[in-house]
Amino acid sequence: MPSDTTAPETVLAVEDMHKRFGDIEVLRGISLEARTGDVVAILGSSGSGKSTFLRCLNFLETPSAGRIHVHGEEIRTRRDAAGMLRPASHGQLVRLRTRLGMVFQQFNLWPHMTVLNNLIEAPRRVRGLGRAEAIEKAEALLEKVGLAERRDYYPAHLSGGQQQRVAIARALAMDPDVILFDEPTSALDPELVGEVLAVIEALAEEGRTMLIVTHEIGFARDVSTRALFLHDGRVEEDGAPRDLFSNPASERLRKFLSRHLH
Amino acid sequence: MPDLHGFADQLLLGLWMTVRLALSALGIGLVLGLAGAAAMSAPLAPIRWIAHAYTTIIRGIPELLVVLLIYFGASVALMAMLRPFGYTDYIELSPFVAGSVALALTFGGYASEVFRGAFQAVPPGQSEAARALGMGRVAIFFRIVLPQGWRIALPGLGNLFLVLMKDTALVSVIGLEEIMRKAQFAVGATKEPFTFYLAAAVLYLGLTIVSMAALAWLERRANRGMPGVKAS
Ligand SMILES: Nc1ncnc2c1ncn2[C@@H]1O[C@H](COP(=O)(O)OP(=O)(O)OP(=O)(O)O)[C@@H](O)[C@H]1O
Ligand SMILES: [Mg+2]
Repeated sequence: MPSDTTAPETVLAVEDMHKRFGDIEVLRGISLEARTGDVVAILGSSGSGKSTFLRCLNFLETPSAGRIHVHGEEIRTRRDAAGMLRPASHGQLVRLRTRLGMVFQQFNLWPHMTVLNNLIEAPRRVRGLGRAEAIEKAEALLEKVGLAERRDYYPAHLSGGQQQRVAIARALAMDPDVILFDEPTSALDPELVGEVLAVIEALAEEGRTMLIVTHEIGFARDVSTRALFLHDGRVEEDGAPRDLFSNPASERLRKFLSRHLH
Repeated sequence: MPDLHGFADQLLLGLWMTVRLALSALGIGLVLGLAGAAAMSAPLAPIRWIAHAYTTIIRGIPELLVVLLIYFGASVALMAMLRPFGYTDYIELSPFVAGSVALALTFGGYASEVFRGAFQAVPPGQSEAARALGMGRVAIFFRIVLPQGWRIALPGLGNLFLVLMKDTALVSVIGLEEIMRKAQFAVGATKEPFTFYLAAAVLYLGLTIVSMAALAWLERRANRGMPGVKAS
């Protein structure tokens, strides 16, 4: 896809995403468009479908309906026996997944590999980078997240905040167009939250496109360019963070904010 | 040191044969165990049934009978298969091959359960992270799940190997000249059963001690970087 250099291009477009688990519809039609440099904060109370939405974007979860476009390329799908949508082409799925990086609440670093090996595994195997090239890139990314001297450590020997920064570097190592964060700081001790948020903020300043599920309202207000409030599998509010947070239209968002602003 | 009446060399040859038999059974058995574990969680039900039937049969039949059934059964089966091609000679499977296969079948049957449990114990987030990065099933299995499951499976596999090593003695019944068979020859020639059975016992014990040391080393290696796992 040729990229337009004058106006921000739509990187990710999601139309009417639905997801059922058995009889329960967890996502009931979520649409979203993210342009280059957008930082979309996704808020919502527990069970509103935030994680499920992110996981449907890269098919960790199979949506029951909806369409995903990345750089204008539609992901072709077919229905499986359970009636869920699966990518029709394996090659396209791999391309989608390399374009959408993901950072998990529980980091999910591979404990049997050193930090460096965590970072070069997928670039080498999926993108076919040579070892030297992958290492060079990994070292630059570790530098960027402030962990250059920890390259030969195993994840278990790092603090939670350091592990999450490595996980962010691992996602960046694939040169993704969009990074999906699912509550990146929720598993951290309060004193470690700041270092991870600082890394994400730096990425926002670089113009990275990101979708961030978070309960850190202050962070969302300061860093995001747009905020969504999900309730019961639907987008209840969608707008500029300043408006949304200072002037919530719905009573529900008002309550949510008062619960999470401390 | 008791007098071995010149049978020491023979016993050492037997020891070497036992080691070769145990290692080849281990090699085949690990492959069978991995295949069994994969089959137990296969999407196709008939494959799962076959895997469960395999482990049930192996657990239900004494090892000695497995050795005999493979040794004689494989000959019968091979002859039956070759008869249509006009080949009517008696075929005898080498005791080494039959013994390796029989011990491997036993080891593999139990190992598939060990592997299955171990792979299930690897947190799902581990393969999810790999999937999210675009890695394929095979790469995820060999690079992410197997190395972590291996660590969990090692103590169980180690126990199975110690049992396997002692079961090699059963292969003496089909004439393989391993430790037990050599000891029996020596007993026949010297009429000193206690001396040679004791010598054989010492050899098996030595093998066990060496294996346990090797296992401890493997476990330490596999547990590199793992928190809170004792590398015993
Ligand atoms: N694999 C699954 N099977 C069945 N139900 C599921 C599954 N995954 C999620 N759900 C249900 O879907 C709903 C939405 O879950 P989801 O994890 O997306 O919520 P969330 O907004 O991320 O919540 P939280 O803030 O607690 O992380 C919940 O009711 C949850 O129980
Ligand atoms: Mg969640």
